[in-house]
Amino acid sequence: MMPELGKYAGAVLSSYGVSLALMAALVLLSMARGARVRRQLDEAEARRRDHG
Amino acid sequence: MSLWEYANPQKFMQTSSVLLPFVSVLTAVCLVVGLVWGFFLTPEAANFGSTVKIIYVHVPSAMMAINAWVMMLVTSLIWLIRRHHVSALAARAAAPIGLTMTVIALITGAIWGEPMWGTYWAWDPRLTSFLILFLFYLGYIALWEAIENPDAAADLTSVLCIVGSVFALLSRYAVNFWNQGLHQGATLSLDKEENISDVYWLPLVICIAGFVLLFVTLVLVRTRTEIRARRIKALVARERMG
Repeated sequence: MMPELGKYAGAVLSSYGVSLALMAALVLLSMARGARVRRQLDEAEARRRDHG
Repeated sequence: MSLWEYANPQKFMQTSSVLLPFVSVLTAVCLVVGLVWGFFLTPEAANFGSTVKIIYVHVPSAMMAINAWVMMLVTSLIWLIRRHHVSALAARAAAPIGLTMTVIALITGAIWGEPMWGTYWAWDPRLTSFLILFLFYLGYIALWEAIENPDAAADLTSVLCIVGSVFALLSRYAVNFWNQGLHQGATLSLDKEENISDVYWLPLVICIAGFVLLFVTLVLVRTRTEIRARRIKALVARERMG
């Protein structure tokens, strides 16, 4: 049930497309970096335990 | 209990891990409800046609672009005055979110401007101050990356943040200061004459709540990451020494 956007369909759809894509990229990058840093911290903590 | 307890990284990690699931769910609910309502269920406006639907992404992102900088200003001042590391890391964590919001506001504003004003860009006071705010975000992020010593980086970025606050405030009030330019006044206002029509008001408020909650969620996630990254640096330095 797509709304009738008339002659401005391109403007409306591209605004939503760009906004949602940028927000999704921000969320995914934040989560990916969070997971990577967490894994690195676990490894560093494990090394510290192993070597006293 | 004092607010300053949360300046302790351990306390921050504990509290944020409890808060994050609730805030994340609330963020998703507000964004989905607000954007679906705004896009699918609101009518065209007599003067703007269907482009009125762009306000559901443009207005909240523009508000968050400015408010993220205000949050960075507060946390930077806390760092400069009280030297709490978590506040400096929270400011660092917020910058890419503010930058993204500024980019969304600039792009959606340009897309809306072409059919309404006949141009993607004009050197209008609000647009220009937003462009300068965008450049300040880039400079702020670059400065954090460029300086090895984290305390020196926090000091210098805090000073940059204070200077940039002039443009964050100008972005918000430029329309009120100068009457020239294309950008219209506030979309949301306590003045009933100025305020947006009722049919668009509620979905817009829900979208704004969604963007605010998205900002809070991402600041919590990214600050936790910065705290862990700082801990890794400390452990690696200790390994090298011993």
